[in-house]
Amino acid sequence: MPTQKTVAATGNTVVAEAMRQCAPDVVAAYPITPQTTIVEEFAAFVAKGRVHTEYVTVESEHSAMSACVGASAAGARVMTATSSQGLALMWEELHIAAGMRLPIVMANANRALSAPINIHCDHSDIMGARDTGWVMLFAETAQEAYDNTIMAVRVAENDDVLLPVMSTLDGFITTHSIDRVELMDDESVSAFVGEYVPKYPLLDLENPVTHGSFAGLDGPFFEFKKAQREAIERSRKVINDVGAEFSKLSGRPFGMIETWGMEDAEVAIIVLGSTAGNVRHVARGLRDAGMKAGVVKVRCFRPFPFAEIAEALLGVKAVAVMDRAESFGAEGGPLFLEVRSALYDSSERMPVIDYIYGLGGSDVKLELIESVYKDLTDIASGVEAPAGLVYLGTR
Amino acid sequence: MANLKELTHREDRLEGGHRLCAGCGASIAVRQVLLGAGLEPVVVGCATGCLEVSTTIYPYSAWKTPFIHNAFENAAATVSGVEAAFKGLKAAGKIPADKRVKFVAFGGDGGTYDIGLQSLSGAMERGHDMVYVCYDNGAYMNTGIQRSSATPKGAWATTAQVGAAQQGKQQRRKDLTAIMAAHNIPYVAQASISHWKDLTNKAEKAFAVQGPAFINVFAPCPRGWRIPYNKTVEIAKSAVQTGFWPLFEVEDGVWRQTVRVVNRKPIEEFLKPQGRFKHLFAPGNEALLAEMQSDVDHQWDALQSRFNCS
Amino acid sequence: MSTWDVSSLDEWKSDRFPLGAVIPESGNSRDYVTGGWRSERPVRDDVTCTQCLICWIMCPDSAINAEDEKVTTFNLAHCKGCGVCANECPADAITMVPEGCDLPEVK
Ligand code: SF4
Ligand code: SF4
Repeated sequence: MPTQKTVAATGNTVVAEAMRQCAPDVVAAYPITPQTTIVEEFAAFVAKGRVHTEYVTVESEHSAMSACVGASAAGARVMTATSSQGLALMWEELHIAAGMRLPIVMANANRALSAPINIHCDHSDIMGARDTGWVMLFAETAQEAYDNTIMAVRVAENDDVLLPVMSTLDGFITTHSIDRVELMDDESVSAFVGEYVPKYPLLDLENPVTHGSFAGLDGPFFEFKKAQREAIERSRKVINDVGAEFSKLSGRPFGMIETWGMEDAEVAIIVLGSTAGNVRHVARGLRDAGMKAGVVKVRCFRPFPFAEIAEALLGVKAVAVMDRAESFGAEGGPLFLEVRSALYDSSERMPVIDYIYGLGGSDVKLELIESVYKDLTDIASGVEAPAGLVYLGTR
Repeated sequence: MANLKELTHREDRLEGGHRLCAGCGASIAVRQVLLGAGLEPVVVGCATGCLEVSTTIYPYSAWKTPFIHNAFENAAATVSGVEAAFKGLKAAGKIPADKRVKFVAFGGDGGTYDIGLQSLSGAMERGHDMVYVCYDNGAYMNTGIQRSSATPKGAWATTAQVGAAQQGKQQRRKDLTAIMAAHNIPYVAQASISHWKDLTNKAEKAFAVQGPAFINVFAPCPRGWRIPYNKTVEIAKSAVQTGFWPLFEVEDGVWRQTVRVVNRKPIEEFLKPQGRFKHLFAPGNEALLAEMQSDVDHQWDALQSRFNCS
Repeated sequence: MSTWDVSSLDEWKSDRFPLGAVIPESGNSRDYVTGGWRSERPVRDDVTCTQCLICWIMCPDSAINAEDEKVTTFNLAHCKGCGVCANECPADAITMVPEGCDLPEVK
């Protein structure tokens, strides 16, 4: 069993720590709030000689991911971190990293997208990347950010997957708050992630290969996309297996979804990231007052755990989805669209209401969450559900 | 510095059977650069463009050396990542410490002067051990002859058309070679496919450098320039002889002319055979033609003074 | 011929393709015939040829074979008939002649 040391640290600090422990050969670094302290802390490891990593201080996030693509294709273990506009600038490269099947691991400090410019938490950035072909993990706490980052390496590099993985944590709320975190010892992490053995390393000079070919015209482009779909489908099992193995090692739970009070819940909130803690706190209070409140936290957004969610919601009378991102013009936010779709084939379909909340870091007060549960209770007892989505806490 | 006989003993790292147009200057540039590169292994990166598309149409690759294409604007960043991986894997003990590999990125003028300039500038400033080669054919040829910042003033392009209100491209071209020299990297050169010895020598120097090097290679495009396919090399020679494309190098900050032009020919000799400059010879455009000559003269004199100073 | 056999590629399913559209073999474009693009073919006169090798270094299609420091044959599977070699030959030893009907098989 690993030795674990308990520290008080920010999410960014422990993500940098996890990166160091995973021993990437290359890290591309570019500053953006609120991610910057990850690459700063990693730079300190480089300066102190605590990592062998080649640290590439690129001139933009686009080049960060471009360099990661080059380095990963070359055969290196590669990591980087970004946020918001930086992730948006990488958009093109996110698709390429996934299409080239490169197991890059990237932390994202979830933050609003301009305009107007705003440096605080929401999920607009990350949801903009949801169709890029990356596996996407969400952390509620600094601890989960640490754990997810380590697991991400194993998932990405698994032969059945070979896809890039994003390990996301909420900007400022998780990146910058000091939290209690248990860190594993270096040897245990190193043994857990193992060594990366690339399939077609560009640096294999004896067997020269061509990466990034042109598959247009009558080329097999369609087949390559299908192969990508097959890989991300296979990743479901890999994520669960890696999570189970990690749980055993760390003593901390992992699931693509994590539920609280769902055994007999009549009303439930589905949520991503740091807000899950607040929702659980509120639900606990409401349960004490007799409400059968439950919580579904989605820890893996891609691949989306639709079967797990449909199953968790069996018996629930009304569901709220809390979306910290917009999908303007759609029927609801990104999480809502997934959840509703997950329920389509379910034997039970209950009212599902979408609450858009916390955009640009706007406060998610406990009373607001409580009001959502109250709404759900009313709806469960026959009150008509609101038509369309609800902006929670706006004027 | 190898002569042609010696060069025939080296491996041609670009195989035939690629789908570049007949008479394409880009593949001539690549062959000469990689023949000049010497015997050490070379890993190639390439920006999106004619060269990349035509040489890697699935399932066929014309590259006999490791090759990577990522996107349009990031050949330099991509190759800097490959080079970083090489260092990182050495540090990890996965590649022997004494192993030597050279890294080169190719990009057209669109992918280099324009959309890839930031990525190139960043990679050069960071000091990666890599050579960046721009094959300059003066327009976005892959998408169909749109003007770039390398397109000469006065040239027709599909986005700089000729009509009553406008005679082709309105702006002067960017002096990318000088911009790269301003990065204070160990080696910068301007070369042409017509001068194989000069070009292969420059490639040899660029690849021998520890750190970043940049070569801007003049590589005509028969289709875009509206010239016959067999004139690619001839027109490149004319660009050198008229002073439109002077051949020089900047080694550790010292500017040196590498091919002397004794009787510099009038710019008409370069312009006239090209369909993209046809309108300049129409009555009424004498002033434009004169301006082009004076621009070349000015550039030539400025360059001479750089040679003299250093 | 190359060792990576792509002859039945049109029937391959998604799991048969090398990962991420990698081409696992180098220089296999040697198997792709571009000779069919040609309307004229280069013919070299061995008597006039001075073996200066200019044509060899200038060919855009790596289609001029050289052995023992001398040009030998044209690789007509790849030569596109651009005429650059003929145009650049200082000895006028290469003539472009209209292509006949004996074209190599075109894929
Ligand atoms: S005609 Fe063109 S392609 Fe053919 S050998 Fe001559 S230069 Fe090469
Ligand atoms: S360029 Fe002409 S003279 Fe020189 S080797 Fe070729 S055919 Fe012979």
